[in-house]
Amino acid sequence: MPDAGPEIYLLAGVALFVTGVDSLLAQSHPLRRIMALNVMGSGVFLVFITLAARTPGAVPDPVPHAMVLTGIVVSVCATGLALALADRLPPATGKTRLEHRPDTPNSPPDRRKEEGE
Amino acid sequence: MTFPRTGALLILMPLAAAALAFAWPGHGRALARISAAAMTAALAALTREIMAHGVQMHRVGGWGAPLGIELRADGLGVFMLIIAALIGVAVTLYSPSYFASRQPESAPAKHNDSRQNTPSRQAAPPTAKSRDEDGQPHRTRYFWPLFLFLWTALNALFLSADIFNLYVALELLGFGAVTLVALAGGHEALTAAMRYLWVSLAASLFYLLGVALVYGRCATVDLPSLASKAQPGPALWVALALMTGGLAAKAALFPMHFWLPPAHANAPAPVSALLSALVVKGPVYILLRLWFEAFHGLITPAATHALGALGAAAILWGSVRALVQPRLKLLVAYSTVAQLGYVFLLFPLAASPESGLAAWSGGLMFLGAHACAKTAIFLTAGNILHAAGHDRIRDLDGITHALPISAFAFGLAGLSLVGLPPSSGFAGKWMLLSASLAQGQWWWIAVILAGSLLAAAYVLRVLTHAFTRVPNPLTPKPVPPVMEWTALALAVAAVGLGFAAHGAAELLQVGAPNAVASRDNNGPPAKPASAQPQPQTPPEIRRLDSCPESTLPGAARPPHEPSPPDRTAHPGAAQRTPGPKGGHELSEAGVQPRRAAICLARQARRRSAGGWSA
Repeated sequence: MPDAGPEIYLLAGVALFVTGVDSLLAQSHPLRRIMALNVMGSGVFLVFITLAARTPGAVPDPVPHAMVLTGIVVSVCATGLALALADRLPPATGKTRLEHRPDTPNSPPDRRKEEGE
Repeated sequence: MTFPRTGALLILMPLAAAALAFAWPGHGRALARISAAAMTAALAALTREIMAHGVQMHRVGGWGAPLGIELRADGLGVFMLIIAALIGVAVTLYSPSYFASRQPESAPAKHNDSRQNTPSRQAAPPTAKSRDEDGQPHRTRYFWPLFLFLWTALNALFLSADIFNLYVALELLGFGAVTLVALAGGHEALTAAMRYLWVSLAASLFYLLGVALVYGRCATVDLPSLASKAQPGPALWVALALMTGGLAAKAALFPMHFWLPPAHANAPAPVSALLSALVVKGPVYILLRLWFEAFHGLITPAATHALGALGAAAILWGSVRALVQPRLKLLVAYSTVAQLGYVFLLFPLAASPESGLAAWSGGLMFLGAHACAKTAIFLTAGNILHAAGHDRIRDLDGITHALPISAFAFGLAGLSLVGLPPSSGFAGKWMLLSASLAQGQWWWIAVILAGSLLAAAYVLRVLTHAFTRVPNPLTPKPVPPVMEWTALALAVAAVGLGFAAHGAAELLQVGAPNAVASRDNNGPPAKPASAQPQPQTPPEIRRLDSCPESTLPGAARPPHEPSPPDRTAHPGAAQRTPGPKGGHELSEAGVQPRRAAICLARQARRRSAGGWSA
């Protein structure tokens, strides 16, 4: 899409990032949070890719591509680790499955407990 | 062994050991010991090399800055590597006995809430024992590979020379730390680990977005090239704000510290020590690199003061919260929040044109002091937990009878946390105070003093209970001697580093950022020649003691500055930093402030060593 210009991709990347941050703060379910982090990551990668092609017509800069590849590897590992941890959570808390915590939409739950001490 | 090899060994040795320890769980302890010994030797060689020849650079695989990865060893990096090695060795020695003990860590936390209001002074409930049958082998099985992996990440972080590589190392560090927190098992530890993971991953992505913007603007991620290419402008300001925000969250700077106390307090004791002493220092280290090296041209005084103000808030808030905690490990964790605040005072003080280098050395000295003292205290807390079965502060009465060595270690480390004279905490605070005085930024002095008083209060709160005589002291479980002596050794190190302040200041000058060094032309402040040479001082020390004047005989070049033939005579060094970055490029103007910092370190040491009463 030569007529779109790089700005629209840049803005889309930033929008994805902001959406991810918003979901991370608003959601409490671990799976939703993992997805939110992945959306944030995709936004960052889109920004990287757009910046690689910032000179119109020229060959795209390969360095950001390499960085995005590295970033994807890191992001896959992070997702795996988060899923493994989320999987261990229900048995440890005595519940049968992962649950929303509707009472604490934004703030971390232990903080209240700690302040109640 | 010379630089590229020592650097490669520092990264590859623990990585290989981690992989082997994962494959052969029975040999984890032996592998950790072997790699700790090898890394210590390599680090000693590396330290000698950079003291003699200045900053060392190496292009991995022969690929240079824009495309390839570069490793760099300079004074700051090696200083951090030494701290990491010190703590790493202590944890290597301490952990086998700790994990062999049968007391589960998460049990006292579980019973804490219900029991804190009961006046009885009994040991932990007997139900605690039933939980460790399945948890224990699991913990020992995975501790060694994860610990070695964490050490790899730290070494890679301190040797990286570009901001993308720093991102990867930071992410590895976060993975290792989160998994180690989860190792304790149980509800509290897993919830804390999960929350730590959210903060860590989100913060890393903020940092990475900043890296993307920096690359889009400057077309490089190499730290030295950025220093010359970064021009003030909105894109880079946004990038720096994103990176700083992410790193501050990871470093648990004041408003974003909420994840730290539960994560650090619920982990096994050696893990808590690693987290408090080293892991939170990683992002602080990157912040220093960004603010004083890569983007120094962008930094405004208002920004540094904002960071300093957050540090001051962290000192006060963390200390007050530490005072009211019912559990020893939570107290120590809040103390970490407070003590990290001091390091952030470095930003407004070191960025100032006057006596910046003194503040720089002082802040980093403080960082090292805190690493040693906090490790000693967390290991002591582990001993208490092992012996008494709990760490409720109000029930610690008479613990000194059972654990005299641990109590002594706690006292010594507490001395350094408070910043009393013979300790390294004092040396660091002294340099920060001198810099604040010289720059007329008196408000930081008030914060430092208030923080010290509060630290004294929370340390004494524990000690008062520990030294209270009780009619029927508990009959605690015996603690393996190695656990007590390791804690004591680190507490002694926390005090002893104060006597090595001079050496540390000298090491930190190798390749110290221009931002701190070269503008510092006014000589040392506030502390004029009250320093009369003492009779017992050896002559080469007196030479530096007689600063601040620049009339030192034969001191035009500091001893670490290499003579030009050294540069070519050294085959191991593939390339040295050109231009203003290298420690070997000192101009005469740059030498004087360096001497000033050494001088301040000396004064601090001398005051602690005996001149204090004068």
